[in-house]
Amino acid sequence: MLDIQKLEKSFGEKRAVQGLSFTVEKGTVLGFLGPNGAGKSTSMRMISGVLEPDSGDALIDGKSIVSARREAQAALGYLPEGAPLYDDMTPPEFLAFMASARAIPRSQRKQAIERAIADSRISTVCGQRIGSLSKGYRRRVGLAGAILHDPPVLLLDEPTDGLDPNQKRAVRALIARMAPRKAIVISTHTLTEVPAMCTRAIIVDRGRIVADDTPDGLLKLSADGTLESAFTRLTDQAEAESA
Amino acid sequence: MNRFRQQFDSFLPTYRRELGAYFATPMAYVFLGVFLLSLGMFTWEAARFFDTGTADLSPFFVWHPWIYMIFLPALAMRLWADEASAGTDELLLSLPLGMPGLVLGKLFAAWSVAAAGLIFTLPMWVTVNYLGAPDNAAIALTYFVSLLMAGSYLSIGAAISALTGSQVTAFVISVVIAFVFTAAGWPLVLSGVKSLFGAGMAELVAHFSFLSHFEAAQRGVLEFRSVLFFLGVITLWTILNGLWASRQRLG
Repeated sequence: MLDIQKLEKSFGEKRAVQGLSFTVEKGTVLGFLGPNGAGKSTSMRMISGVLEPDSGDALIDGKSIVSARREAQAALGYLPEGAPLYDDMTPPEFLAFMASARAIPRSQRKQAIERAIADSRISTVCGQRIGSLSKGYRRRVGLAGAILHDPPVLLLDEPTDGLDPNQKRAVRALIARMAPRKAIVISTHTLTEVPAMCTRAIIVDRGRIVADDTPDGLLKLSADGTLESAFTRLTDQAEAESA
Repeated sequence: MNRFRQQFDSFLPTYRRELGAYFATPMAYVFLGVFLLSLGMFTWEAARFFDTGTADLSPFFVWHPWIYMIFLPALAMRLWADEASAGTDELLLSLPLGMPGLVLGKLFAAWSVAAAGLIFTLPMWVTVNYLGAPDNAAIALTYFVSLLMAGSYLSIGAAISALTGSQVTAFVISVVIAFVFTAAGWPLVLSGVKSLFGAGMAELVAHFSFLSHFEAAQRGVLEFRSVLFFLGVITLWTILNGLWASRQRLG
């Protein structure tokens, strides 16, 4: 469903992403992990068509983000880092804009918006401007925008950041509910979220994949049985190798 | 053909969203209020509308380029810079939207607010008809060219907004560029150019001046040259706008 092929991106001298390749099948929730500046967000931007890769390609539901960008973007739901939203709109206005931008047929718009509002549990704040919402609600409005058109591939950058434990559980449950029908990539640096949400995890460092396994498999690589120590070991190792 | 149309189907969602944004915040109301107030003040106080003794709108139209030069960059500065500061440009670029429709949708939203400002000045037109018998065809023509000129100023502001990513910087640079385009036709500038580079050069500079082209319309002459000039300016800056907004995809 999602096929990443040798994505490369440099900013001046800095090689942000170096030959990133992986595939995600339907039913997989992939945790996309790595320290800050590892190239996670740059990769997400390239896959979503926001940033053009220097070379390589990403096939979303079989459509190339390079040569058929609009078709590929239509098959993708994307929650950008920090969940940027239009503060002057209310959540239903925002979703109506997203529905028209995604060319959802008029007859289905109302239903799609109602479903996204229910799934992301934002019905209580529908009368408020997005600018006045708390971080957690903003994140969920962004999530509602990403799942509005029921895309086969979802790309979520820090979907649970800023949520309280109850909200986190609700988002996890929503992701688990959608997982069988979609390929989902979740970028996060909250490692405790990974076993709870993901069926597979990739760790990137300095623009390269340093580990690709199930959360349980990654745990085996650690000294003390925590994901954190596995993460530290893998990313330190990459640092030492490149030094 | 279908692919060509696809590039523009982002026009309506963008236009509606941007127009909504102007009126969801006090921005459009403040703009309209201050725009009308200053236009009225200049017309009555500086140009002495009632003392000219003739029933026409020339004391009103003469200020349009100067008022536009200051106010329209203020209206356009948020169009792209606001997206950049809020991070919504990333959301926008991840949607399957064509760039031409996006650029035109934003420009036309700002243009509509400016047009609303012009519509609110129509009571002036009614007033001169009450006071005398003005050349209504000439006034209608001047309104039309004024609207085109407003689009030209806005297209400059929108393009610069996409270039800088900061509202304040966009405003300052747009006013400077707008001033250059306006003042190029100023007698003061033209006589200076004439004495320095000769009459030919002065004529060339005047060709690129909003002031010169608007003056032709004020005389009640529909010069297709002027209409084409303003359309050309809008097209040029709109293309630059598209290029500068797409630049972000390159990183």
